[in-house]
Amino acid sequence: MSTIHCDIVSAEEEIFSGEAQMVIATGEMGELGIAPRHAPLITRLKPGQVRVQLASGEEQFFYVSGGMLEVQPTVVTVLADTAIRAKDLDESAARKAKDEAERALSNRTDALEVAQAQAQLAQALAQLQALEKLRQSLKH
Amino acid sequence: MAGAREIRTKIKSVANTRKVTRALEMVSASKIRKAQDLMKASRPYARLMRQVIGHIAHANVEFKHPFLVEREHVKRVGYVVVSTDRGLCGGLNTNLFRRLLAEIREWQNKGVEVDVVCIGQKATQFFRRLKVNMVGSVTHLGEKPQIAELIGVIKVMLDEYTAGRVDRLNLAYNDFVNTMTQKPTIDALLPLPPSEQLASTHAWDYLYEPDAATVLEHVLTRYVESLVYQAVLENLASEHAARMVAMKAASDNATKAIGSLTLVYNKARQAAITQEISEIVGGAAAV
Repeated sequence: MSTIHCDIVSAEEEIFSGEAQMVIATGEMGELGIAPRHAPLITRLKPGQVRVQLASGEEQFFYVSGGMLEVQPTVVTVLADTAIRAKDLDESAARKAKDEAERALSNRTDALEVAQAQAQLAQALAQLQALEKLRQSLKH
Repeated sequence: MAGAREIRTKIKSVANTRKVTRALEMVSASKIRKAQDLMKASRPYARLMRQVIGHIAHANVEFKHPFLVEREHVKRVGYVVVSTDRGLCGGLNTNLFRRLLAEIREWQNKGVEVDVVCIGQKATQFFRRLKVNMVGSVTHLGEKPQIAELIGVIKVMLDEYTAGRVDRLNLAYNDFVNTMTQKPTIDALLPLPPSEQLASTHAWDYLYEPDAATVLEHVLTRYVESLVYQAVLENLASEHAARMVAMKAASDNATKAIGSLTLVYNKARQAAITQEISEIVGGAAAV
């Protein structure tokens, strides 16, 4: 029986790799069943299950929170998203990154940094004094 | 004996410092392995993504996405700068920033403006003191960075690019070569460098669902995100490696300092004893 190679990966790990009789996923336009020698196809995936029917007839389930599916005649590739993505969520993430930058720019002399620098200065002065004393006591 | 006691305190304080640097060294050594595992785990995605992009470049795409088109007039350049959150890692960040600054100066001399987004505390602190436009920042990614935390900063830059405010986008990070070597690297992100493969012999195209523009947008965005994510992981491994080396050097220096201080201490002690004996002898002779 002919099989098709199936890879499921996310940016953070490899999830599945092996031969399959059929791969079933939820595309943006509806349920897709990919059998060997399917025409080249590329689509976005909706959050949902990806079912892989293995060569042995066994079925495996994977949950993806979105991503992409690419089909070549002998290979199916699922590039899964690890994070839940939506336009609004992405926008708010971008806004947060901008706010963070503005916050960093606005308090130019961070109170914490000043405190750190002062502590370091005090320490260095104490060390210098100790060294000076040491030198004097050694001279005698 | 006052001198001797002071030296002894000094020796103790250096020994304490050495304890700390030793501990940091060992912590970093164990963290390098974890960071490398993360790097390895993220590789298949990047490889398959490249493959898909290669296929798309091969296929007869009727639609040209802005991410693929080189712009003629560059008025503004964007940089995604990946740095560490914490210090004590030798010249890791400094080397990267120095390289980056040279490039930024070059652009500015040509009258091109520069935008940056910063990943990591050190870059944020560094760039807010400079005359560059910081448009986004994210810090405290921790030991296991998640792609979800990077979406924001990347989107800021991609939006600028799509809107035409930024005409070129680069990525600056430390490439993890091995434990001893980390290479400051600046890579081009956008426009995507054209793939070196030639056009395929026969024309074919994908079936797109829903349509080519949407799918391409999605693929390219994810691709850029995976590149940045990989850079963050590389930088994390570099951070731990650099810290381990720096802390090892610090421990060795502390050992040396203790050695020479001990010598001084013994001399002072002996001088004190000799003095005491000669005083006693002198006193006995007087009696």
